[in-house]
Amino acid sequence: MDLAGLSVGWYLALSVALFAIGGIGLLVRRNPLVMFMCVELMLNAVNVAFVALGAGLNDVGGQLAVFFVLVVAATEVVIGLALVVAINRRRSGATADDVSLLKG
Amino acid sequence: MAELVFLVAALIILVGAVGVVASRNPVHAALFLVQTLVGVAVLFVLNDAHFLAAVQVVVYAGAIVILFLFVIMLLGVDKAEELRIEPIFGQRPLAAVVGAALAALLGTVVIGGADVLTGLRRAGGDRALDGDTTDIERLGRVLFSEYAFAVEITAALLTVAVVGAVVLTRRASHSDGSTPVDA
Repeated sequence: MDLAGLSVGWYLALSVALFAIGGIGLLVRRNPLVMFMCVELMLNAVNVAFVALGAGLNDVGGQLAVFFVLVVAATEVVIGLALVVAINRRRSGATADDVSLLKG
Repeated sequence: MAELVFLVAALIILVGAVGVVASRNPVHAALFLVQTLVGVAVLFVLNDAHFLAAVQVVVYAGAIVILFLFVIMLLGVDKAEELRIEPIFGQRPLAAVVGAALAALLGTVVIGGADVLTGLRRAGGDRALDGDTTDIERLGRVLFSEYAFAVEITAALLTVAVVGAVVLTRRASHSDGSTPVDA
């Protein structure tokens, strides 16, 4: 692999920026669907770091971790969207703030 | 060349990420998410992870974002959210501060430690990336030997997720007078 001048640090910097943007979005947005998308951004930031470090270490382990992250992200989206659908059936247009109604 | 590809992909990724956070319409956010995911796939190709790039496009940009769009359309929540009002006072500035602090912390720790990490060891045998096997063959060999148990657990996880989604979203059927399941 020829990456002269393009060290792992660049990938990690991009990964950190993407993770922070996703985190800010998760804190700011109130639409649960958009919050899920921000979680996907954060997961992808970690995936970038995994693949870059795996390439740096010459180890397939980074790609394996990304594989498992992909699977867990898929299950997370399925369950999360099912929850969103179930909540919206009861209370249309619910935002994340309305989850406080769940407390007794 | 690699630097140029990286810079363009990074620009695509970051613009898409900001778009996800800042767009008022959830459908637009989903489309910006596709942009980011495709940019990440480009970075995977750049790192010789061709199989993961394909999976990224097919599973993430294909299946997961389509699932998001399905739910957006199903719930009819595609009307734009008013982003200017702030229901919790000081939420935005605090979120920005927390985000900047997170970036600074991760930046110093991860980037500072990158040289240590990459100089740690070089893998050999099946795990080495510079062998003459393709990346999908290498991934398959390690996945079904060293990580076979994790693959089994993953299969169980996927099954549980499918069953859970069905249980969560099905409507209660009171017609047959059976158990009044209230989903």
